[in-house]
Amino acid sequence: MRAVCIDTTKCIGCRACQVACKQWNQLPAENTEFGGTYENPSKFMHDTWTRVHFREHRVNGEVQWLFAKSQCMHCTEAACISVCPSGATHRTEMGTVLIDNRRCIGCNYCAANCPFAVPRYDHKENAMKKCNFCYNRIVDGLSPACVKACPTGALQYGERRVLMLEAEKRVNNLRAAGYRDARVYGLEEMGGLGVFYVLRDRPSAYGLPDSPKVPMSAYVWGTAFKPVRALAVLGVFLGLVANRFRTRQNQPQETVRGD
Amino acid sequence: MTNHWIDLRNSDCFLVIGSNPAENHPISMKWVLKAKERGAKLVVVDPRFTRTASQADLYCPLRPGTDIAFIGGMIKYILDNNLFNREYVVEYTNASFLVSPEFSFHDGLFSGYNPSTRSYNKSSWVYQLDENGVPKRDKTLSDPNCVFQLLKRHYSRYDSDTVSRITGAPKDLFLKVAETYSATSQPGKAGTIMYAMGTTQHTVGTQNVRAYAILQLLLGNVGIPGGGVNAMRGESNVQGSTDFALLFHILPGYLRYPVATDRDLATYLKNSTPTTADPDSVNYWKNFPKFFISLMKAFFGDKATAANDFCYDYLPKAGGNYSFISLFEAMYEGVIKGLFLWGQNPCVGGPNANKEAKALENLDWMVAVDLWETDTAVFWKRPGVNPADIKTEVFLLPAAASFEKEGSVSNSGRWAQWRYKAVEPPGDAKSDLEIVSLLYKAIRDKYQGSTSIKDRPILDLTWNYGSVDHPDVHLVAKEINGYDLTTHRLLPSFASLKDDGSTSCGCWIYSGWYTEEGNMAARRDDSDPSGLGLHPRWSWCWPINRRILYNRASCDVNGTPWNAQKALVQWDEERQQWITYDVPDFVFRTATGSHVRPEVSAKSPFIMRVEGLGCIFADGTADGPFPEHYEPFESPVKNMLSSQQINPVIKIWSGDMNPRAAIGSADYPLIGTTYRVTEHWQAGAMTRNLPWLAELMPEMFVEISPELAKARGLKPGELVKVVSPRGEVYAKVCITERIKALKVGGLFYELVGMPWHYGFNGFVTGGKDRSKNYAANLLTAHIGDANTMIPEYKVFLCDIRKVM
Repeated sequence: MRAVCIDTTKCIGCRACQVACKQWNQLPAENTEFGGTYENPSKFMHDTWTRVHFREHRVNGEVQWLFAKSQCMHCTEAACISVCPSGATHRTEMGTVLIDNRRCIGCNYCAANCPFAVPRYDHKENAMKKCNFCYNRIVDGLSPACVKACPTGALQYGERRVLMLEAEKRVNNLRAAGYRDARVYGLEEMGGLGVFYVLRDRPSAYGLPDSPKVPMSAYVWGTAFKPVRALAVLGVFLGLVANRFRTRQNQPQETVRGD
Repeated sequence: MTNHWIDLRNSDCFLVIGSNPAENHPISMKWVLKAKERGAKLVVVDPRFTRTASQADLYCPLRPGTDIAFIGGMIKYILDNNLFNREYVVEYTNASFLVSPEFSFHDGLFSGYNPSTRSYNKSSWVYQLDENGVPKRDKTLSDPNCVFQLLKRHYSRYDSDTVSRITGAPKDLFLKVAETYSATSQPGKAGTIMYAMGTTQHTVGTQNVRAYAILQLLLGNVGIPGGGVNAMRGESNVQGSTDFALLFHILPGYLRYPVATDRDLATYLKNSTPTTADPDSVNYWKNFPKFFISLMKAFFGDKATAANDFCYDYLPKAGGNYSFISLFEAMYEGVIKGLFLWGQNPCVGGPNANKEAKALENLDWMVAVDLWETDTAVFWKRPGVNPADIKTEVFLLPAAASFEKEGSVSNSGRWAQWRYKAVEPPGDAKSDLEIVSLLYKAIRDKYQGSTSIKDRPILDLTWNYGSVDHPDVHLVAKEINGYDLTTHRLLPSFASLKDDGSTSCGCWIYSGWYTEEGNMAARRDDSDPSGLGLHPRWSWCWPINRRILYNRASCDVNGTPWNAQKALVQWDEERQQWITYDVPDFVFRTATGSHVRPEVSAKSPFIMRVEGLGCIFADGTADGPFPEHYEPFESPVKNMLSSQQINPVIKIWSGDMNPRAAIGSADYPLIGTTYRVTEHWQAGAMTRNLPWLAELMPEMFVEISPELAKARGLKPGELVKVVSPRGEVYAKVCITERIKALKVGGLFYELVGMPWHYGFNGFVTGGKDRSKNYAANLLTAHIGDANTMIPEYKVFLCDIRKVM
């Protein structure tokens, strides 16, 4: 299984990954405002698939400024795949999670069940959008655009087992250096994350959920009801009109072309 | 940089001061973090807690403009605790030299000060000479007039309490920095100083760098892998631009520019060529005439002959200071009538940008050569003016971007790297070389047929680059390298230059970069025989592909490396020869090829200095042989070290459009500073016009502490006005723990920080209201360093006002 390791201790918050993502995937820029912090755009959008969190803390009088890139985590136990009624959201042969735009019906179930609140609705295409792990790069043996752009090596791409061994070594070093809360984030979470982290501190200090969970509804939907799921797709369609109306209101309408 | 980017990974301790590499030189952090993995310490000293500080092992705040007090305190700490590298200091620096007993220092002034001219007579800043004219030395370092004792006396006032009172750095943190960094004086350890414009953009900018140099010499950190004094240049090719004299006071290759009193070639060469009676000193600048005359042969070809002083009279002689502020003052006064702005945006980047814009109104014509329509290109319709009132005729010439033209870029580590054209420039855009060449052709045509002697420099200029419309960049590169004019072959290096007119060379330090063997800058062999990241066959580095300057000092007197694992050069006693991984920066073999014993080169490890040694005491600057703390032009406090409030030799410009806040002004109680962020580039034209970058940093902001926000009732993201005596700028509030009030002289002073990338034109300007100007430099002043006149962008007084 292919994976990305984000070593936050080497992240300098330069956001080359954010720009590289937009460039490779040709995603238009958002019309943003300065909201009081460096973090921008302020949330995931259908045209913004990765963002760096900037978090400030004062611990024992000393300032900490923590950076953590966030994007689709490509979970092993991916709730989004379980709940997808059309089969658009699926696992690729590379082990990543991909939404097939042609099959996506824009029902938002993946978004509603994602513990990281990642997928976003694109009203122009009536489809859900998120990080695709640069599928069109990795199948050709290239690293994802964000990894390619990272100047410090905070982002590493490769075989998950190999990266995980390195990450655990790194965490041990951090603990030895006195960071008692240092950990790998994504070893067990959601059955193991395809994008996992080396953290110096607890996850919430970086703006990550401390213990992400598969919602029970998704679990039930994905396992117990699997045999009858095809029938349920019909029911989903019936709910779609109202659902689209709602999500349209929730999505920002204006974007700026990036080209 | 004395060293280079990759070499950062060899360091054991980084002192990052006056720079913010994580945000402004992100690639450097790759190497810093590699060193940290080995256990290297990262020490960050900065008024703000930056993205670099987020990676630091030790962060210490300091008040902008007080670096000399801080470093002076470190020097005292090292001397008091006997932490310097004694062998290095005694043998490789001028610490043992005896200085004239006439030299003195009292109440902030060195001997020889003339208050009416605001300048020094340096006649007492000299060494005592023996009967042969060689400087006297006391290698015990105990003579009261030796440089070492003078240094000790000078910094005796910089005790940690005083340092803390001046700089605002908490005493315990200051001492921790001093302790951590001075540990690099142990043989085998390396400490590096990474600096940038936070160091130089001060009225004491040059002396800030001098203070770093003294610190590094004391610790034995110059000439070694992982050490050095490393200027991280503000743009990818600033190193190249200064190498090729995009400065007013030098010719290409840092050759001194002639002034009016250099009345003929002989006088100019005599005044420019250092001499020494010391037989041990290499004094490489003794070759100055070879460099200069070869340059004149490159400029004027066959027209330059011994009989006509190699056209020396063609060079205009400097009669004054032509630095940025001076030029804009002259425009403001109506003296200068025309202006070419080549990739410059002074309405955003100039200090006191209101005055800059006003000065442009006095021009008859202005040409902006740029990739974008910059703020300055539309200064005539800037917020608050009526275009009909402005008579300046403005032209905009579209230029090609770096990937739309072929040529070289010289990085901070002096590596000249060849680049190729990836795509054609759009529309009518042309490369700088094409624009210059077409300009040359048009100007020359105007003078064609003239018999006036004053027009000869233009008519006699050589311009042999193939087609004038489409000049060949390789021919330019070859001219820079230089030719043997007898054989018409390219020179192998500057060692072949002659002062008789038989060689030409456009920039002596680049000689060897494009030889008969090919374009060295285009090399892409990444092998690394030393394992130290020198990569000697990747691109080419001046001088003569030497990757680490002063590398003789990486070994002790006997030629044994201070760090055996990181040898740049090494004397092999058995074979009686040098083992070299880097190009030696000393005379290591004779003309016949036999190797020179290490004791000989140990006497002159700094070959470009007339003493042959690193200078702890140096007479080259205008403001003193030792750095002394003076307050910035605008400061909330009086100078606590002397009655000299500001650098006594800086030029004070008129108050016209340049008013100054009084010391401790109640109207302007906040200390302001400006900086750059990762997401934008310089004056913003290249990034504010790119939506993908604009979305990351869309608007002008001002960083303040939570305490100041509370005191003024400000909310995150609220629009405010920041005001100084010279202007006002709109910005959104960023309340952050990363900014903290500094305790200076017993009282707390609040700091505000602003990026200076924004303006009033482009895809984003800095705010949603496009009728406003968001340039931070509306606040800064026309005041500059005593030596370079680089503006003091980094500190001024200001206040924050709510917008009703």
